[in-house]
Amino acid sequence: MSAYEISIISIIGINVILAVSLNMISGFCGQISLGHGAFFGAGAYAAALTMVGSGSVPLAIMAALLTGSLLGLAVGFASLRVRTDFLAVTTIGVNFLFVGFVRKQAWLGGEMGISGIPATGFGPVGNMTMILLFAAATIALSLYISRSWMGFAFRAVGEDEGAAATLGINSGAYKLAAFGIGTALAGLAGCLYTFFTQFITVDAFDFIFSVMLMAMVVIGGIGSTWGVVVAAVGLTLLPEAIRFVNDYRLLVFGGLLVLVIRLAPGGLTGMVQRAFLAVRRS
Amino acid sequence: MYYFDLAVTGISFGCMYAMMSVGLTLVYGLLRILHVAHAAVFALGAYVTVLVANATGSIALGFLAAVIVTPLFGMAIYRLLYEPLLKYRPDVPMIASVGLLVLMQDAFRIVFGEQGITFQRNAFAFKTFNFAGVTVSALQIAMVVTALVVFTGLHLFTTRTRIGIGWRATVSKPQIAASFGIDPIKVRYLNFAVGSVLAAIAGGLVAEMNNLVDPGIGFVVSYKALAIIVLGGLGSVRGTLIASLVLGLVEAYGTIFIGSWLDRDAIAFLALIVLLMIRPQGFTGARAA
Repeated sequence: MSAYEISIISIIGINVILAVSLNMISGFCGQISLGHGAFFGAGAYAAALTMVGSGSVPLAIMAALLTGSLLGLAVGFASLRVRTDFLAVTTIGVNFLFVGFVRKQAWLGGEMGISGIPATGFGPVGNMTMILLFAAATIALSLYISRSWMGFAFRAVGEDEGAAATLGINSGAYKLAAFGIGTALAGLAGCLYTFFTQFITVDAFDFIFSVMLMAMVVIGGIGSTWGVVVAAVGLTLLPEAIRFVNDYRLLVFGGLLVLVIRLAPGGLTGMVQRAFLAVRRS
Repeated sequence: MYYFDLAVTGISFGCMYAMMSVGLTLVYGLLRILHVAHAAVFALGAYVTVLVANATGSIALGFLAAVIVTPLFGMAIYRLLYEPLLKYRPDVPMIASVGLLVLMQDAFRIVFGEQGITFQRNAFAFKTFNFAGVTVSALQIAMVVTALVVFTGLHLFTTRTRIGIGWRATVSKPQIAASFGIDPIKVRYLNFAVGSVLAAIAGGLVAEMNNLVDPGIGFVVSYKALAIIVLGGLGSVRGTLIASLVLGLVEAYGTIFIGSWLDRDAIAFLALIVLLMIRPQGFTGARAA
């Protein structure tokens, strides 16, 4: 495998973890977050500092999971106060605040970021394999949650909090759980990203990146694990495969986001379901 | 005197924020949509101003063209994007709006280039006056005067004309207004048209101030404007004006006091998050969520 292929597959794995974890928060539980990049970044910085300090891979993974989910729980408390579009605005604010804060912190490298992060020692193929294993585990967890009581409760909260309450579902606790799990996985993705690049700057975790992740979730079909996986893989490969898309990346992502919401709110999953039903009916 | 200079900067920025945000708060008040793509209207206004000013040699003609073009764009956004999405949860049109903004921003980059466009003649903007040691630029005066004229005009329009009164009636009680023969759909178009004109003027002024229009011109301002309308109590024009001036001043002074640990552009979001957590209904009582 060429170095190029290894790096593309690694990035696909990281984007799959990010999109699937965002789908747990926004798809399953209906809490729209446009700041997923901040949790990704928090995990990346935690992992970078741990690697520079100790060089221990397991420790860096733990630090990233913990940092991601602690920040996520803090934002989760916001979801108890504000709903729908105002939660989305709050998460946008969190993303801008994260970037604006890190930019000015000397101990986080400021504008220059953190470079010279020690390697994991697994080599590029080893890193790629680790990323793919974690991506597979994330997908498995997402499928498991989706079928469990927790997934049922998430969807009930996402559909109608009042109705969920009459079933005895504590919506606040489940919202916090969704944020805690989803953002811990985003932190993990940040850690894997740090292992992969060994150099991070805060620009990689900005709001536009969060919008790209939301585009993956919406285009794949919000709430559907496999739809989101397909969209994450497809939208990561698309700019690589087609030169035109790479130059006009944001135009294409923004355009697809608008078109899907406007014309096919179910995303890819909805289209496939409709096609399947049409075939069966004929 | 340094502190007075900061006050001048803060007030002129506040006036610009106000013209940007009032359109947003009007749209929210009527349709309950957070119109993020308002920033694309703002950017379009800035581009049209520069392009026409450079082509004709007259900055006034540039502004005139922007004021004519942007309302059409704003109304098209309503008709093609928001109207079909009104039946969904409010976060659905909002995400679509974010998508549209990202798309437009990249479109501006592709058509007019990454570096942006500068005015060929913009000597006016760099003229400065000295009032007892306080430096004021011609452009800062223009910003404040424009804002005063525009908001006085808006006030007279909404209190003295039949159309304006019908507009206010529709915002506060849509059904009753409709039963008095006011067409609510026309009010929506009016709303987007007026908001877009204000954003275009703000965009043109910011282009003058930077002497540059680049694809990112509306980006940070747009999210700040979201913070402002929440701080101002959603749907309230008066609250939005106050919040805009407060933010302009807080940013101007804030850069000295907290600039060492927080980016200037992040101050608005800190204020936004703190306010939403303490008082989700905003300062004036309109419930945010």
